[in-house]
Amino acid sequence: MSQAVVALFRRPWIWSFVGALFVWLAAVAFTGGTGAGGMLTAALSLAVFTVIVGLGQMFVVTLGPGNVDLSLPANIGLASAVAMKTMGGDDHLIALGLCLAVGAGIGVGMVNYLLIRALRIPPIIATLSASFFIQSIDISYGRGLQIKPPDGFADFTNIQILGVPLLALIILVFTLGASVTLHRTIFGRSVSAIGQNIRAARLAGVRVDLVRFATYVLCGGLGGLDGALLAGYFHGANVDIGNEYLLASIAVVVIGGTSVAGGKANVPGVWGGALFLVLLLTMLNTFGVSAGVRLLLTGLIIVAVVTVAGGAKPERQ
Amino acid sequence: MQTPMAKLDDTLVRLGGVEKSFGAVKALVGVDLDIFRGECVGLVGHNGAGKSTLMNILAGVVAPDVGQFLIDGTEQRGYSPSGAKSHGIRCVFQELSVCPNLTVAENARVFHPSIRGFGWRRRAARLITEKLDEIFPGHGIAPSSLIADIAIGRRQMVEIARAFTVSDQPARLVILDEPTSSLDAQTAGQLLAHIRRSVASGLSCILISHILGEVLTTCDRIVVMRDGTVVAAGPAQAFDRARLIAAMGSAETKAERTTGPKAGLPRDGAPVRVRMRPARQQGDLELIAHEGDIVGLAGLAGHGQTALLLETFAASRRRNGRRNVTAPVAFVAGDRQSDGVFPLWSISRNIGIRSLAALRVGPFISQRLEDGLAGRWRARIGIRTQDTQDNILSLSGGNQQKALFARALASDARIVLMDDPMRGVDHSTKLEVYDLIRKEANSGRTFLWYTTETEELTNCDRVYVFRDGVIVAHLAGADVTEEQVIQSSFSGAP
Repeated sequence: MSQAVVALFRRPWIWSFVGALFVWLAAVAFTGGTGAGGMLTAALSLAVFTVIVGLGQMFVVTLGPGNVDLSLPANIGLASAVAMKTMGGDDHLIALGLCLAVGAGIGVGMVNYLLIRALRIPPIIATLSASFFIQSIDISYGRGLQIKPPDGFADFTNIQILGVPLLALIILVFTLGASVTLHRTIFGRSVSAIGQNIRAARLAGVRVDLVRFATYVLCGGLGGLDGALLAGYFHGANVDIGNEYLLASIAVVVIGGTSVAGGKANVPGVWGGALFLVLLLTMLNTFGVSAGVRLLLTGLIIVAVVTVAGGAKPERQ
Repeated sequence: MQTPMAKLDDTLVRLGGVEKSFGAVKALVGVDLDIFRGECVGLVGHNGAGKSTLMNILAGVVAPDVGQFLIDGTEQRGYSPSGAKSHGIRCVFQELSVCPNLTVAENARVFHPSIRGFGWRRRAARLITEKLDEIFPGHGIAPSSLIADIAIGRRQMVEIARAFTVSDQPARLVILDEPTSSLDAQTAGQLLAHIRRSVASGLSCILISHILGEVLTTCDRIVVMRDGTVVAAGPAQAFDRARLIAAMGSAETKAERTTGPKAGLPRDGAPVRVRMRPARQQGDLELIAHEGDIVGLAGLAGHGQTALLLETFAASRRRNGRRNVTAPVAFVAGDRQSDGVFPLWSISRNIGIRSLAALRVGPFISQRLEDGLAGRWRARIGIRTQDTQDNILSLSGGNQQKALFARALASDARIVLMDDPMRGVDHSTKLEVYDLIRKEANSGRTFLWYTTETEELTNCDRVYVFRDGVIVAHLAGADVTEEQVIQSSFSGAP
């Protein structure tokens, strides 16, 4: 039993859950126990959106140093507009809207990789510059208007079963799929191999270009899905809807124990990291601290969690 | 165990009863070793015998768990790499330790913090160039070259020369771990001559090598290690090849050279598997390998052999390259750090990566099939580990190399490209791998085999000799001799 506990605490993702638990307990202690369950429900509802893009970002980061997708916020913004415009308030067009939003995201992913591969631009610059293009397309396409979702779609994103959001359950199943993909498929292994040593991966027969392409497309597609769901949850699309997911998507990957140096991904940690970030914000809001102090504390606490989680030693020097 | 007091004056380094474990693996179980001033000690033993661990202790990289460690008769406590440096102990590691993103001169500066102030780059360049000129006349290495841009053989030359350079701290003991593994015969000879000159002028050297000939001719004294301890030691004259092999362990004796019949040459009937020409090749010489051929790529190190292997690999991945490379290809890296090993993975995953498609059940990779594959090849090629789930870096260098062999041979590849693959592999394993290659060739696999060890070429059916990026000679059958190869690498005429 104690061995199982020790083994559990040697997993890098456990610390994000420990952190989430602590900030939740701190918030509950402050309110004297009122709203403890409500806090969790709200946290799950919001964390889902970070998890979706966090998973995409995790695959990209695992490709190795320098790989990151900075176009997610713009991608989310465009996809939310595409989804809302396509649905046009009509419940019958929900599926089509979702498909087109994901399609837009996939298109963004393809453009990203095209820039990286054909023009040999580092991913960080390629995805950043792509995001400017996407944003301007979004502005002219959405005309800065807030477009409402169909009622059926808005309701769907807000359904709860015994206090657990339906969306969270769906994404949990999806997360299990991502975990299997990572550990048990050729694609997942290839991503990890490329992240460790791209030259060796190529010489070991890994189809490096195809796998990198697929990874950026996957991340883009997830960004598109996230945009559509966010527009439903917040009752409307707008250009800035994805802004906070630039840093959040990277933060949950790192807090969750995925190696920034590449090659080592961590799926459960994305959930832990997302819950931790949302609950941290909830706690600080409960305390009623000012915006400046809130940002300061957010930064310090993230550093603390990453330091504790990063304590694991490599197996041999 | 104590040697007479009279000898203590000459003792530079004394290790007594040194033990070291990595987790459950006992790397050293009580090693006694004295190094005297002005002698060259040869250290031989199988992969995983503990040689590299022992040298890492002397270099200050690893601390012994138990045991006595004296330098100049003083017990060392809190010994570190900088401590090693201030005592004049220098190391040339088997895994090269020069920084690939820096130039040759900058790497020299990293090693000599005393070179500072205006013009440091020029002075560092002069220091390293003078030493390169002294050890390897005609080396052709510019001090302003990036390490990443020069071939592994030249990188090794830079690393070796750097260990012999002196600025403010003396060099008293230079440890060379497999220094000739990436060097061709000529540069290896230059290095061994330099070792003899240095030893004559009072320096001490430890030479670790699997090439027993160079140990026997270069060293004053030879120490044989097996299973983490010293099993034999004595003056070099007291040993010969057979005695060394016997001392190193029983695995040797069974595998005497069974090169086997070089069946049916030339294989005109068999289908052509590889047809390649170096980019700069003039005339009609081209490399042709049939099914079941073992084709050697020879010549001085870094003269285009690796480049041709990489081109062959690239051609096999291109649709329009299928005309010239007509079967699946696998690559066995010699530069295992940059071309071979996945450092975060287990031995099992490192072996399985080339065969993932065949290890699936439905769309998913089966752990059972993967471990089964690794287990079979661990037994077949003798990878020294208790558990293939251990990290690949828990293996010694030679055993990592065996895992890379296993990766290629376990795959569906019908053509195997080998880029000087025997670096750091011990003598008995080499013989076993030679046998394995011959068997695989007889069952229809094709091997393209670049090697810097001329002796190894006798395992090949045919040999192409390279010079300045092009093929200058084609030797077949009885013409494949050391003399012919060396002659062709210099004169270009067969």
